[in-house]
Amino acid sequence: MTANRLSDGAVVYFDAAGGWSLNFAEAATVSDRVAAEALLDRAMPAVKARLIIEPYLMEVALDTDGWRPTRERERIRAAGPTVRRDLGKQAEGFGFKG
Amino acid sequence: MPLIRNGQPLADPWTMVADDAPLPAGAAIVSLARWLRDRDALLGRNQPIGIVLPPDQAVDELGPDLDRLGVVALEFRSFRDGRAYSQARLLRERYGYTGEIRATGQVLRDQLLFMERCGIDSFVLPNDSAVTAWSEAIREISVWYQPAADRRTWVVAARHGASALDGCAPAG
Amino acid sequence: MYRYDEFDHRLVAERVQQFRGQVGRRLSGELSEEEFRPLRLMNGLYLQLHAYMLRIAIPYGTLSARQLRMLATIARRYDKGYGHFTTRQNLQFNWVKLAEVPDLLADLARVEMHAMQTSGNCIRNVTADHLAGVAADEIEDSRIWAEIIRQWSTLHPEFSFLPRKFKVAVTGSPRDRAAIAVHDIGIRVVRNGAGEVGFAILVGGGQGRTPVIGTWIRDFLPRAELLNYLEAILRVYNLLGRRDNLYKARIKILVNAVGADAFRAMVEAEWATIRGGALALPEAEIARIRAYFAPPAYRALPTVDLASAVRDARDPAFAAWARTNVHPHKVAGYAAVTVSLKPHGGVPGDMTAEQMDALADLAERFSFGEIRATHEQNLVLADVEQAALPDLWRALGAAGLATANAGLLTDIICCPGLDYCNLANARSIPISQRIGQRFDDLARLHDIGPLKIKISGCINACGHHHVGHIGILGVEKHGAEAYQVSLGGSGDENAALGEIVGPSFSADAVVDAVETIVATYVGTRTADETFLDTYRRVGLKPFKEALYAAH
Ligand code: SF4
Repeated sequence: MTANRLSDGAVVYFDAAGGWSLNFAEAATVSDRVAAEALLDRAMPAVKARLIIEPYLMEVALDTDGWRPTRERERIRAAGPTVRRDLGKQAEGFGFKG
Repeated sequence: MPLIRNGQPLADPWTMVADDAPLPAGAAIVSLARWLRDRDALLGRNQPIGIVLPPDQAVDELGPDLDRLGVVALEFRSFRDGRAYSQARLLRERYGYTGEIRATGQVLRDQLLFMERCGIDSFVLPNDSAVTAWSEAIREISVWYQPAADRRTWVVAARHGASALDGCAPAG
Repeated sequence: MYRYDEFDHRLVAERVQQFRGQVGRRLSGELSEEEFRPLRLMNGLYLQLHAYMLRIAIPYGTLSARQLRMLATIARRYDKGYGHFTTRQNLQFNWVKLAEVPDLLADLARVEMHAMQTSGNCIRNVTADHLAGVAADEIEDSRIWAEIIRQWSTLHPEFSFLPRKFKVAVTGSPRDRAAIAVHDIGIRVVRNGAGEVGFAILVGGGQGRTPVIGTWIRDFLPRAELLNYLEAILRVYNLLGRRDNLYKARIKILVNAVGADAFRAMVEAEWATIRGGALALPEAEIARIRAYFAPPAYRALPTVDLASAVRDARDPAFAAWARTNVHPHKVAGYAAVTVSLKPHGGVPGDMTAEQMDALADLAERFSFGEIRATHEQNLVLADVEQAALPDLWRALGAAGLATANAGLLTDIICCPGLDYCNLANARSIPISQRIGQRFDDLARLHDIGPLKIKISGCINACGHHHVGHIGILGVEKHGAEAYQVSLGGSGDENAALGEIVGPSFSADAVVDAVETIVATYVGTRTADETFLDTYRRVGLKPFKEALYAAH
């Protein structure tokens, strides 16, 4: 589950501890629809607390390096602009490596 | 829901009447459809009457009857639906309607000033805090680049004084 | 250029305060995101892929050196040291923080700028010819009228919740450098038989999902009636435009549904009731605004034939730049200069804070302190003495702003695409970078000649792909990025929409496809034919055959 932080719009991921992480590698994963819907409910406190906005579920797949977003859009959100490798998460040391 | 008219909160003297409901005693607001159907009977009551003008109906529909209507209620079915702004200006500026124009539906704080400029003078607000916000919202901007249905002076008139505008009709 | 008077200053200051209140109510929880979204959009604040993006209005593209320096300061103070010039003569910052936006807007207000109505279903920033005031064929400076429209449309109480966004463009010349035919309203300054200056009015053009070339609905509108007439068009649209379907809400759909004649009749009927009314423009106001656009203090210089001067230039690199990036000027001894924001391999339209500062200095030194943004994502110094061109060229070169490609194949219009944009289907910037690298040979570029490539990352068409000589549209195909190519579009006075060549290409193949298209043109052209000439002569077929021959 991913969202944007209200204060600066930064991309965040719901993590296993129930918090929100800037790092895609720390995102909690679930493997079925029911668990996924339940995850969405768990975003509501953070929305109400004005920590995050627009939470939604994204699809990931396991490959040799670990979990990987299936859509290009999510890979770019997890890393930063592909045309500016010096900006965004990739430049802050925890970017998803495309 | 609280009602504000000309900036003052007040108890609503009007009753909104559903199409299939009998008319109560006193001032009643009916749908445009009911008005078009029962016009003579409604006027025969000798009680104040108002109508709801839906956003997809032309203001011309009311033309000849306007001075008999105590209120025209406009509908903001969504705050995004801006048709009622044009309807309000037409009522005031083209047809010279002087009765109450009421905003109903999704009436948001940050749109009150636009509505008021277009000639809407009463607002059905969602809650009491919106009533306090009204006076604040209505004063946030004091410069206007266009004449509208209100009495505010627009910038071009302010810049050049009345003499430069000779030959131009005043804002309605 | 226009300067704010006390009213303009007060309005912008009040608007900043109003927005500060709205942001405060959002942060305190009084407003939900749903309620806040339209408010932030009305002030140009989007949520993009990585952060908030703020779009700043550059009315009709005109900037002073002081304003450009403030944009540089803002880029450093609130963003990551750069900005992006868009196809609507606006500037976008990609990394702003919500709580800081009110302060940013207050800084902007100090130099008479704002972000009002750069988004939302309202009348957007009005665009105009970037050569206004200097083009020899001009009847009148389009910025006078664009400024009048800017003021009238700002916080318009009736037209802030239209069915959809609404774009107006103005040109003062028969040559159309403002792409007016693909705007909701296009305005051309004209002269009637009696020699009076007025306007021809076009409606219902647009790009996006349903590209349409607009229809002329009035040949001649008297000057004083401009705003009354616009108000009539907008009122008809506000009341009758579709609101049930986002994709059918633009005015072009309404014009098409009722027919151009019926639409014209409705507008004329509405106009008849308000004609001569409160909005009629007093001569005094027209004169007041016009005075701000009076020509700068040009020196009396000998006439020089620009073309032969360029031909005689000793430095071939300078000559190459001058051939494409220097344009004739109506005043003897002067020229207008395109400052390319399209370095090969760079991000089209991006400019660093250092470049902004450098260009502000150069504008002061060489061009009366004024800079213009073009809808082709370049900048223009409009009033440069021809004798100073070599010095300017060297200084621009030192700042990385002298790529000699204005109007050539690598002068690509390109939207931010999937690298930044929340609505994108595919990346667009990497495609333009790869085309830039592939066609890096200047001699070859100059031989190919005028060729406009335009790239959009989705059907919203911010990259104007429909009117590109070669248009490229990013789509998502089976989860991967793919690109649809169209040919023959044009955004000028002979506006045309491109024709799609066939099935889409992968990111790798689309650069080859451009190569194939260019090779086909070079092999087919007659002596002086440009790409568009050749395309109009031979049509789609030979290109299509070359592109899909192998399949
Ligand atoms: S064309 Fe699409 S991808 Fe490109 S900037 Fe516009 S909305 Fe975004």
